[in-house]
Amino acid sequence: MANQQIQAPLPGVFYRSASPADADYKSEGDPIAVGDVIGLIEVMKSYHEVKSDIAGTLKSFLVENEAAIMAGQPLAEVET
Amino acid sequence: MTIQSLLIANRGEIAVRVIRAARELGIRTIQVHSDADAGSLAVQLADEAYNIGPPQAAKSYLNAEKILEVALQSGADAIHPGYGFLSENADFTDAVENAGMVYVGPSGNTIRMMGDKVVARQAAAAAGVPVIPGSDGRIDDMNAARKLAQEVGFPVMIKAAAGGGGRGIRVISSVEEFDREAPKASAEAKSAFGDGGLYLEKFIEKGRHIEVQVLGDGRDVVHMFERECSLQRRRQKVWEEAPASLIPQQVRDKLCQAAILLAKSVHYRGAGTVEFLYDDETHAFYFIEMNTRIQVEHPVTEMITGIDLMREMIKVAGGEPLRFKQQDITANGHAIEVRINAEDPAQNFMPFPGVVSSLQVPGGPGVRFDAMIYPGYAIPPFYDSLLGKLIVWDENRSSAIVRMQRTLDELQIGGIKTTRPLFRALCAEKNVIDGQFDTLWLEPWLENNTSRLTDE
Repeated sequence: MANQQIQAPLPGVFYRSASPADADYKSEGDPIAVGDVIGLIEVMKSYHEVKSDIAGTLKSFLVENEAAIMAGQPLAEVET
Repeated sequence: MTIQSLLIANRGEIAVRVIRAARELGIRTIQVHSDADAGSLAVQLADEAYNIGPPQAAKSYLNAEKILEVALQSGADAIHPGYGFLSENADFTDAVENAGMVYVGPSGNTIRMMGDKVVARQAAAAAGVPVIPGSDGRIDDMNAARKLAQEVGFPVMIKAAAGGGGRGIRVISSVEEFDREAPKASAEAKSAFGDGGLYLEKFIEKGRHIEVQVLGDGRDVVHMFERECSLQRRRQKVWEEAPASLIPQQVRDKLCQAAILLAKSVHYRGAGTVEFLYDDETHAFYFIEMNTRIQVEHPVTEMITGIDLMREMIKVAGGEPLRFKQQDITANGHAIEVRINAEDPAQNFMPFPGVVSSLQVPGGPGVRFDAMIYPGYAIPPFYDSLLGKLIVWDENRSSAIVRMQRTLDELQIGGIKTTRPLFRALCAEKNVIDGQFDTLWLEPWLENNTSRLTDE
């Protein structure tokens, strides 16, 4: 068992759901596969899905919903 | 009252534009900014700057309470909203006035009226301005809606009465489709806006976007001719011109008169734009909406009229009467503006925040660059991608296009991708040179010309 991190591909604002009315893409403790969407990044008013490049269990989110983030910043920790 | 100190409740190139106009009027400038904009050009140019919060617009540039607090503490006697953010928020306008300050723009009631598409349409129709055939107000009854759709003829467009922007718009081409889609549209509107009311109008497929610039002082209104803004991607204008020399003079006169009728009927104060959809084939035009603020593309109007619109809107906000009668305003030559965005046109206009490593700004006669960038500037990812606008003026449309091409050749922005290659390709495109386009022309052209959208 090792922990790996999903990093932000872009800078911007991180959202855990598609819209405030929607459920979160993933909750802590959920199983996660490569390609699963864990959130959105809003960059310059356009939205981009953040997909996991790691399979395992989503252990924890490392940033809050609606946090301002930098490219490369770790967003979530996955237990593989 | 004469404005002596002005708070700019905006950012980017328009904040810079407001500061420049205010400076020339001897007005002290107060710039508010988010954490992400501490190094912005507007902050550098303003007399004073105050941090109003985190990068996210909802926590800074849209935080009306905080902005009002800073305005009062800094002794501002007026607030300029720019465009976007709080610029068409009637409650904000009222709050500014209730706090004893001047809002540079129309009254809250005018903004409220024009912000409601049903009320705005009724105001236009009442003023004698042609509107697109459709429901004169909201429709809640599906049978009445179906009957009306058949009367105006398919295709029709239905949208949420409570919606904004392009949200929840559906184009329907038959009765069968109507019966299938209209209940869905109503249910969606109900869940998104808490209001299932719909609004229906004839869908005009091919048209030009023509808009008229107006300026009022609350008593009188003048127009400053029209702009042609049909080159759009995802309903966003990318290239704007003045005047709309591609359509007959007689029609343009009528458009301008219609805009005046509407603006006068609401005793309009400030700079505003009345937008129309124009049908090339029938020469008919229809009111779309009125924008109750300064617009991104205002410089093309300034270039053909020689009038500093930003200055004039600040002056009328300060209580001065309009300095021009309609007959004093003349149009000369042709102006074109292109929007330089931090986007990669070759990668489907993917946003490209980054650091501007070098900058070469074009010059020469008839050239203007309204921008927020400087060498070393790190473009924040939190706001729209507009870096600036390149504007050219020349004697006529064809020479203006040649001048735009020359100017784009000179413009060099290092370190990032921008929309420059798009405009270089458009300047060389026959349809653009001949003026043969409508609001739906650009998107398919982009799909077929991706290879021309790379900067060499």
